[in-house]
Amino acid sequence: MESEVAVAAETDASFLAPLWGALDSIVGAIWAVLHPILTTIDPLCGPVGIFKLFFSNGVLACGDTGWGDDVASGFYVTAILAICTLPLGLVIGFFVALAKQSDEPFLRAAGDIYTTIFRGLPELLTLFIFYFSLPLILEQALRPFGRTEPVSINPFVAGMIAIGVVFSAYCSEVLQSAFKAIPHGQYEGGDALGLHRGQTMRLVIIPQLIRIALPGLGNLWMTLLKDTALVSAIGLPDILRQSSIAAKVTKQAFFFYSLSCILFLVLAMLSSFVFSWIETKARRAEVRH
Amino acid sequence: MSIAETIIPPQAPPPLGLKAFTAKRLTGIIFVGIWLALFVGLAVWMVADFSGEKFAKYGLRMLLGLGLTLKLVGTSLILGAILSLPIAFARMSKSSAVSSIAYAYVYLFRGTPLIMQVFLIYYGLGSFKHAFETVGLWWFFKDAYSCALLAFVLNTAAYQAEILRGAILSVPRGQTEAAKALGIHAVPTFLKVILPQAIMVALRPYGNEIILMVKGSAIVSIVTVFDLMGETKYAYSRTFDFQIYLWAAILYLAVVELLRNVWNALERRLTRHLKR
Repeated sequence: MESEVAVAAETDASFLAPLWGALDSIVGAIWAVLHPILTTIDPLCGPVGIFKLFFSNGVLACGDTGWGDDVASGFYVTAILAICTLPLGLVIGFFVALAKQSDEPFLRAAGDIYTTIFRGLPELLTLFIFYFSLPLILEQALRPFGRTEPVSINPFVAGMIAIGVVFSAYCSEVLQSAFKAIPHGQYEGGDALGLHRGQTMRLVIIPQLIRIALPGLGNLWMTLLKDTALVSAIGLPDILRQSSIAAKVTKQAFFFYSLSCILFLVLAMLSSFVFSWIETKARRAEVRH
Repeated sequence: MSIAETIIPPQAPPPLGLKAFTAKRLTGIIFVGIWLALFVGLAVWMVADFSGEKFAKYGLRMLLGLGLTLKLVGTSLILGAILSLPIAFARMSKSSAVSSIAYAYVYLFRGTPLIMQVFLIYYGLGSFKHAFETVGLWWFFKDAYSCALLAFVLNTAAYQAEILRGAILSVPRGQTEAAKALGIHAVPTFLKVILPQAIMVALRPYGNEIILMVKGSAIVSIVTVFDLMGETKYAYSRTFDFQIYLWAAILYLAVVELLRNVWNALERRLTRHLKR
């Protein structure tokens, strides 16, 4: 029986093999194009990067002699983790907010339980719970398919899920209060125009919702950015972990932790620029001439 | 004069509010069912797998850890509140130098993660061992708990200063002017006229800040302080029993929910004159 399952799994794998191969070559091709571009415009370690220009012969040199490239890679891991988590959290948060403002008591209860749990737990604990329980759950789920070896989960994915879930709980609160700010007449107007539920939501409600929720979402994005530093606790080589390694090896802890604080402030400033730009974009309908 | 030649055909009425059994209700029942199944499953598993030995060995330590968490949070909140007063007034100062220094402080501590501030103080300042030894402050900076406490105080002072400032600025100017017209001095004006009105506005964000600190305090476990999270990690590393994380989750949820309800009651009490 065991061997049959194994054979089935093997044939399954070989059936999927061309697909994986194709996917792999596509990703490879995209990477081959993107990689030279990214390394040229890299603001930290590229040809015109800050570390390359000003710190090329100290501990921050890029390459084997210094820690510049390690800190830079940690910086990008942090930024990419935050950017990947945002859409996940926004989508889950939107649906939880919809559930919480619905007139159906069961849906409301389900949404309330979700926010109570994930707003009440410390982010670090949520992270550990996801990191340690997801492999157990996956192992149980994969057992019927003949896979018995222990499953390990990528810290990036675990961090993305855990932080995304926490973000979505807070996001649903912000969106729920934004929903409350939209008058009921807007839905009735949508009905009167003969729009479907989905069309009313997409064309009438969401554009107003975004405008009302933007300041709150901006604050949440800052929290999300700061929460990503916790993922270093489960071993993701983010900015904090890379600085810790550099600090341990070079014995210049104060310098490297200050540097990572400064890099975080840079991320915060960049995102406040982006947010004020989005806000002016969103508010251009309200400008009075 | 125009004459209508065709009659508009009757349109379907707009959707009614509540139907007997909708897809929405079904989804709601499914999701509540999932939650219930999860809770019941976890409860059954926790009862079935409960080991009195482990509970005796680690349960008490975790409660002591919870005590340390509450002590850390309580102390840092009180010290932070004291420190936030000068920062908030500096932030509202007319001198641009003073207010920009206060703004820089607030921006620095609100723009970087708390965990990084703890690392910066514990590991970063810890690398200046000799300097601290000559000043005689090494006993403070070699202890993980006091470093974490310092980081928490500095961090929460920045947040509380912003809360305080927002609340004070939300009190209308006319209140100060009226107090001046009545010949009341600046200090009693602040304490008896401005502050009581500001507290009502500040209460909700203060409650949120306390809850954020309780949750944020879990990170001290990374710098070897045995708070609730630290004890949990210790127990898990000894037993590899996932239940221990659930015990910690229940304790944290209980503390946060208790605080939230106390705060709601407090807010109802303070704003009872606004109720109709």
